Amino acid sequence: MTARPILKTLGHRLFQALLVGLAVGTLTFLLARLLPGDMAFRVAAGRYGYDNVTGSAADAVRLELGLDQPALMALGAWLWDLAQFDLGRSLISGEPVIAAIRHQLGHSADLAGSAILLSLLIGPPLGILAGLRPGGVLDRALLPFAAGLRALPQFVLGVLLIVLFAVGLGLLPAAGYGTMEHRLLPAITLALGLAAVSSRVARDATLAVTASPYYAFARTKGLPEGSAFLRHGLRNIGVPVTAYLGVQLVYLIEGVVVVESLFAWPGIGHALVHAIFARDVPMIQGTALVMALGFVLLNALVDLACFGIDPRRRKA
Amino acid sequence: MMRKVFARGSGWLGATVLGAVLLVQPAAAQSDNPARVLNVVAPWEVASLDPAQHGHAFLRLEVAQTLLEVDGAGRPLPSLAASWTVSDDRLSWRFVPREGVVFHDGTPLTAEAVAASLRHARAKAGVLKEAPIRSIKAEGGAVLLKLTEPFAPIGAVLAHSSAIILAPASYREDGTVTAVIGTGPYRVERLEPPQKLVTTRSDRYWGPAPAVEAVSYLAAGRGETRALMAESGDADLVFTLDPASLRRMRSSRAVQVQSIPLPRTVAIKVNAGHPFLKDEPARRALSLAIDRAGIAAALLRAPEAAAGQLFPPSLPDWHHPGLAPLVQDRAKAEALLADLGWSRGEDGILRRDGVPFRLSLRTFPDRPELPLLAAALQDQLRAVGIALDVAIGNSSEIPAGHRDGTLELGLMARGFALIPDPLGTLVQDYGVQDYGVRDGRQGGDWGAMNWNEPRMAEALAELLRNPDQARGAELRRTVAALLQDELPVIPVAWYQQTAAVSRQLRNVSLDPFERSYRISAMGWAE
Repeated sequence: MTARPILKTLGHRLFQALLVGLAVGTLTFLLARLLPGDMAFRVAAGRYGYDNVTGSAADAVRLELGLDQPALMALGAWLWDLAQFDLGRSLISGEPVIAAIRHQLGHSADLAGSAILLSLLIGPPLGILAGLRPGGVLDRALLPFAAGLRALPQFVLGVLLIVLFAVGLGLLPAAGYGTMEHRLLPAITLALGLAAVSSRVARDATLAVTASPYYAFARTKGLPEGSAFLRHGLRNIGVPVTAYLGVQLVYLIEGVVVVESLFAWPGIGHALVHAIFARDVPMIQGTALVMALGFVLLNALVDLACFGIDPRRRKA
Repeated sequence: MMRKVFARGSGWLGATVLGAVLLVQPAAAQSDNPARVLNVVAPWEVASLDPAQHGHAFLRLEVAQTLLEVDGAGRPLPSLAASWTVSDDRLSWRFVPREGVVFHDGTPLTAEAVAASLRHARAKAGVLKEAPIRSIKAEGGAVLLKLTEPFAPIGAVLAHSSAIILAPASYREDGTVTAVIGTGPYRVERLEPPQKLVTTRSDRYWGPAPAVEAVSYLAAGRGETRALMAESGDADLVFTLDPASLRRMRSSRAVQVQSIPLPRTVAIKVNAGHPFLKDEPARRALSLAIDRAGIAAALLRAPEAAAGQLFPPSLPDWHHPGLAPLVQDRAKAEALLADLGWSRGEDGILRRDGVPFRLSLRTFPDRPELPLLAAALQDQLRAVGIALDVAIGNSSEIPAGHRDGTLELGLMARGFALIPDPLGTLVQDYGVQDYGVRDGRQGGDWGAMNWNEPRMAEALAELLRNPDQARGAELRRTVAALLQDELPVIPVAWYQQTAAVSRQLRNVSLDPFERSYRISAMGWAE
């Protein structure tokens, strides 16, 4: 009985995924083809580098990839391959797109997941503490601190962290990837920006909850402060904080591009930027598609989490 | 009901905390391998195994080797070829493979394997395809290479990174490289495109065993990242430092900075067919407006980088010390432009017949200093009344504009030792393209455009026929002088390669041809 709204939401998200997939694949193809500049020259520059990109290299690329063929044929071929779950091969490296995405998306997801986890450990607890004593020292200190962190470009924050923890204290590696220690600085760089906002959301939600009639009732009926908060406060605060996670994904994707390049971290943002420069159309399509589907999936998970926290939604 | 749901909620919280603890816990998995790893960081990515694209990485890390090596002046030396002979008509070259060499998979280096490897390389875009080669085959235990016309730099072409020799098992039938199985002192342990390449010492190497056992190469695109990795000790060998970090690192105790001039020049490619630029005095005026010393000192932080002529002193055969260096002289530039009929308008921009002196300058950010230099040039040319529209785009916009004729000015960083003999590059850039492309026009994608100078074409053609030493030197001086007098491209700055080296490394030296990191010669300080 309670499963119906959940299934309805999931069905809605699945339909959305299909539409998003088709639209993103087609749009990225059209946009990549419409970008100014000769595609054969761009691919040649991507493959052979600026020292070796010449007219004759571009001619060879044009011939090899059949770039004189109508663009619609290439789109049709891509959609046909996609129907068979094949994302094609990169025009630059010749490797299957899915292999590149697996490697790079894996590292991006790893970094993004670590960042969200850390941000949840930092942001909401501080926000709740501040919200429980509005106008207190913590609340007054948190606002300028959060605003400052959010306003600081991730690049600057990242460099500051490297200078402090890697060059100054020698505790953590400055950049690179491969071990747990390598993950910390880029994850903290992202997490601080995320926590800056989620702490504000948690603080405002705490304030709203503790000022609500039901919370006042819980206290007047004699519940100790701690029990009232755990039973009636925490869960109500959880809903906006969780819902806000979905919004933060956008910030995360934007941040991941900058942080990946600063920390020499292999990732999807880096891959997408390079693919666009080099007009690696199958790579652009595949990356955009996987990222778009990832968005839909994560939003579906946020929906599910909200269902889990808020029983009213299940009955709606 | 309420309690049950809350219990689930706290379970979720608990999982979060547990996850975070696991995340922060340091890994203990890396301690199985006791070999000390030398960490190299450089800006160049290794996106694929294809030698045509990323052969440079496998050559520099000494995984793969070429048939010939070069000495400090770019002259060929034996490498995988123990010796070679040339026929009298200079059309047939015979290379004898070195005996006792095996690839990393244990198969022997044979003439057949070498010939097959070179034929694969020639089938792809690159210097081998452009060279006038008729055929490559194995014959009587040697590699026989036949040319359609004499081509002096063929030895240097065979030393190019796209011509690395790989084992037959490296290739699929269609020529795609599926594994880099070379002959060098290191073999590929792991490649994670596009950023990481890990190698270990090969026990099958034919030369002396290197002291450094394992190497990890990381491509880091940002100069700041590379510099910080050197300073924090995460990297032992860091290539290409940005000018700002360079200054800071010269006073660092953990690292030392090494630098070496590279045979590479920042220059403005000029469309000499453009109505504003077709007269030599107009190009001269542009050149006189440029403050090279200021650019070198303030932007590149290397005063010796001001390019007084196209060829840097690091190319001793081509650098012509007798030429008067290009310098700034604004008054002279203005006088030359006035003679050509230009006069200042109210906005300070020159006009001729009502048409403003406005040009577009294309450049690209792959070399991070190019956009900076473009901004400086824009400012300096504005001072003599020339308006520049700077367009920063993809590197291919310059050859594409050369092809369709729309390029006006292009700011580029041209390497003259892409193949270690500059002649090969110069023929491409300034010669008549009567081999390979065969369109019969003078100039090239990264050289002169709409500039026709028969003396240049003749000098380069004669150099290709391998004249004797004295005549060769005379011809090279002619080439340098013609470029200085006619300015088909306007030199701006010479390049320096810079590297930050850990003080724990010994025997570090930089290769002016950027062919090798020379790790096999290095050792750890005790």
